[in-house]
Amino acid sequence: MMGINLFQILNGLTFAALIFIVASGFTLIFGLLRIVNLAHGALYLVGGLAGYSAAKASGSFVVGALAAMALVAALGAVLDRGLLSFVRGVELRQVLLTLGVAFILNDISLVIWGGDTFSVPVPAALRGAMWIGGVMYPKYRIFVLVLGLLVFTALWLLLNKTRLGALIRAGVDDPEMVEAMGINIRRVFLGTFMLGAALAGLGGVVGGAFLTLYPSADAEILVFSLAVVIIGGRGSLVGAALGALLVGLLNAIGQVMFPELAYFVIFGPMAVLLAFRPLGLFGRAA
Amino acid sequence: MVLLALAVLPAVLPSYQVSVVTQVLIFSVLAMSIDILAGFAGRTSLGHGAIFGVSSYVAIYWSSTLGGDIWIGIALGILAATALAGVFAALAIRTSGVYFLLLTLALGMIVWGVCLRWTAVTGGENGLRGVGRPAFIADHASFYYAVLIIVAPLTWLMWRLVHSPFGLTLRGIRDSESRMRSLGYNVPLHLFVAFVLSGFFAGVAGGLYVLFNNFVSPSTVQLSQSVSALLMAITGGVGTLLGSFVGAAAIIVLENAVSAYTARWPSVLGIAFVLIMIFAPEGVVGRARLLLARRRSRSSKPDHSGG
Repeated sequence: MMGINLFQILNGLTFAALIFIVASGFTLIFGLLRIVNLAHGALYLVGGLAGYSAAKASGSFVVGALAAMALVAALGAVLDRGLLSFVRGVELRQVLLTLGVAFILNDISLVIWGGDTFSVPVPAALRGAMWIGGVMYPKYRIFVLVLGLLVFTALWLLLNKTRLGALIRAGVDDPEMVEAMGINIRRVFLGTFMLGAALAGLGGVVGGAFLTLYPSADAEILVFSLAVVIIGGRGSLVGAALGALLVGLLNAIGQVMFPELAYFVIFGPMAVLLAFRPLGLFGRAA
Repeated sequence: MVLLALAVLPAVLPSYQVSVVTQVLIFSVLAMSIDILAGFAGRTSLGHGAIFGVSSYVAIYWSSTLGGDIWIGIALGILAATALAGVFAALAIRTSGVYFLLLTLALGMIVWGVCLRWTAVTGGENGLRGVGRPAFIADHASFYYAVLIIVAPLTWLMWRLVHSPFGLTLRGIRDSESRMRSLGYNVPLHLFVAFVLSGFFAGVAGGLYVLFNNFVSPSTVQLSQSVSALLMAITGGVGTLLGSFVGAAAIIVLENAVSAYTARWPSVLGIAFVLIMIFAPEGVVGRARLLLARRRSRSSKPDHSGG
């Protein structure tokens, strides 16, 4: 077997952290609103590109990331309130509608930014490499790994330790009941949608700095998000984390062993899992 | 009568329009193959573009890269598409609704990823060029007739399929899976067979597309292929089968018209999708049927003033 060394494992882990950031937003929306937002990949791309422009203009990575999250959260609000409210409750029509939105967003980003490849500028403090366990490894990717862990912790605390989290969890199980208790579940839904979208935007900026952004990047990240949610199960944060870990590591190993078929490698675990648990590791019937 | 009109078409239309109609016929087959699943088994697939494209890839790889006979290539392509549909089916039939959509989408995109990256075989982004059509169907009119001669019986076959006892069982599964199960039907087996047959038809469309386009690239298998084919089925009316012809004609004519003015076809496709989902999810033929049924019920009950 060709050497699977620490370097590749770190690559897998950092990639897993990125797809977790993106997929956690996807699974949050899927879990609570029962909406499969196929525009999620396009939100990632638009967020990344907008973050790139904002970071270039302001010279600050943080400003870029914040601008991207704000823009994409606003797009999410428009999508939820403006379009999805027309087809509320009909799952299939919602999914297909978001697919249409994905095409529009992708095309608009092509108009604004052109078909070139962009790389979000990495902040000076995170440039260069550092020694980890005997390997020289890019600092920035370690930062992505830490950020992924931070997002996981923050989301876990939000969902499990706050009132809003309790509302979201209750909304996942029984939205009518929450509504009946006098809570405006629509506002919780909208907030969740914007949060989920903002995570895609954050992912776009963070990922755009080491994976680069190009016109089909949205489709690629969407496949990974789909795989993560299919493996992890609808709306499960822990499932998304495990799914991301599995997909990220397999992708890294696949790229070393079968460079041209790396994409195919994530197919394996998905297939095996689906044979036994069609709803994913932590999925529950709706 | 429609057939007669189609038969005299090349005599009255310029060759460009004839080739547009040929394209409509080919994509109608793809849209109908999707409708078999979406309209009759209640399973909306977003992986059919990949099945269609794999058929094209295999046919071109065989005839162009390996220098084999084009007809054998197309046969192999259809076989590969059918086999791929079998794999998709085995993984996806246990799910329904949105999960089915997601799974077929993910599987289709994996195929796209492989076609894009596996440069040694697929030519990567540059795609593969075919060897051209055999001489006897080289010009637009004769190719049109060849496609018509293949599409007509295929349509009849699909029509027979969805109106056969097997098709009725599929409709039963669509309406209530648990009822069909308790009646003793093997639900997964029926869905599997339906998916594989649907993949076969999508594969035939892919084979015809090779002859039509003589070129295949990752954009042939990409998501927008599945999406526009599904949009054709939806525009025509899911569950009407023949509506696919109307849908394919509408989308392809729209694409040609839009492309003449702007390169923003994906935006137009996206907007069309959003508008149809909001305003006319039952499609043109579905809508017409609905109106007809409403009118009929109104004329039979003249005192009924609602409506």
